[in-house]
Amino acid sequence: MSDTDLAGAEEVEIETVLNGKPLRRRVKARQHLADFLRQELELTGTHLGCEHGICGACTVLLDGRSVRGCLTLAAQVSGKTVDTIEGLTESGKLAVLQNEFIARNAAQCAFCSSGMLLTSYELVSSGERPTRAEIREFLSGNMCRCTGYHAIIDAVEAVIAKSADKQAKGRP
Amino acid sequence: MKARNFRYVRPTSLQDAFRILETSGGEAVPVAGGQSLLAGLNLRLSSPKVLVDIGNLAELTGQSQADGIVRLGALTRHRELLSSELVRKHLPLLARAATHIGHVAIRNRGTLGGSLAYADPAAELPACSVALGAVLVLGSLAGEREVKAEDFFKGLFETDLRPGELIVAVKFPVVQPDVSVGFAELSRRHGDFALVGLAGTATLRDDRIETARLVYFGCVDRPKVAHAVSAAVAGLATPLPDTSAFEQAIHEDLTPDDTPGLRADTKLHMATMLTRRVLNSLSGKAAA
Repeated sequence: MSDTDLAGAEEVEIETVLNGKPLRRRVKARQHLADFLRQELELTGTHLGCEHGICGACTVLLDGRSVRGCLTLAAQVSGKTVDTIEGLTESGKLAVLQNEFIARNAAQCAFCSSGMLLTSYELVSSGERPTRAEIREFLSGNMCRCTGYHAIIDAVEAVIAKSADKQAKGRP
Repeated sequence: MKARNFRYVRPTSLQDAFRILETSGGEAVPVAGGQSLLAGLNLRLSSPKVLVDIGNLAELTGQSQADGIVRLGALTRHRELLSSELVRKHLPLLARAATHIGHVAIRNRGTLGGSLAYADPAAELPACSVALGAVLVLGSLAGEREVKAEDFFKGLFETDLRPGELIVAVKFPVVQPDVSVGFAELSRRHGDFALVGLAGTATLRDDRIETARLVYFGCVDRPKVAHAVSAAVAGLATPLPDTSAFEQAIHEDLTPDDTPGLRADTKLHMATMLTRRVLNSLSGKAAA
């Protein structure tokens, strides 16, 4: 790196794969990922609640794992893949979870839903068979101020049970 | 809120990172996982001029074991403490502590080196590193030096890191099979920072504590070995029927302040209860 590079810059070039598509942009150094998605790309499905890592509304997937959009700089996602509620909805990967959320009224005001769904998706796609207590623990970083937790956990539990059933039936 | 303006630089090698830190005149702050730092920036608790993103430097990753030492790269994520066979086998205290760090999304990003460098007195890993007798490997343009964890933490959010230095790795002595480890914390909600926490190691013979090394966190300005309590509990038979044997020692080791919503004597009471709980959990390896 040259000496001028070493000083850093207020705008940074990033290359990322967002929702399956390559994206190259200049981003403000101070802009966090959730603001970048919402303000620059108009992907407003990622919500912002507390902006200091407590509420989980801004959850997105970074290289397949849930992260806080407010505690990740847009500049930091260069070279990584980012998936948001929009991309995972469009690709149909969230459909099973979404249908179960709808069936159980697990989305009340829906402010927390995109974060809940993405965190749930990380758990469901891990292929593990968590207990109800473990599902609660996994989702404990996502707050629902309608306090609709039981329905949300019911929905995730049902999806995991169904996928386990499918796996069991698939075996000879 | 939003962070104040800053510049960002992404070095591609550890040497470049050292050069940036060295030439910044103290204005540059390293960021890895950023799970405490970026929250602080958003709340405008601090406003560094430059963030140096060391989160992709391969030199800071990796886990290895040799000669009774497990070496964990500074970029070891909290999630990896839960999944690593090496950690689960040789450093079970870290795996237990990691379940208390924030939530899944935080553990997916937050790093070992970051937690130690930030030196939050209520954080789990600084206390564990002191309890386990870890040694921090600090690097800079001048080369590497090693500092014991118990000498590293200097005060509230203060460490022995000099300008231009980074934590490169942490070396943990393998926990011997005859050593039990204990960990517990009290927080208002699971995943929050600890109001009072305790990490410790101990040797037991026939359910009697031979030696103990206990480190409190949350109710202190920095993690340090609680020498008085550790000495007071040596020789006691577990399970402990009450707390009388070490109550006085807790008052010697801990001098918490009143904080909003929590009085100092409440913290001392919580520390006392937690100590008994942890010591009683030591009996039998299964509980460790």
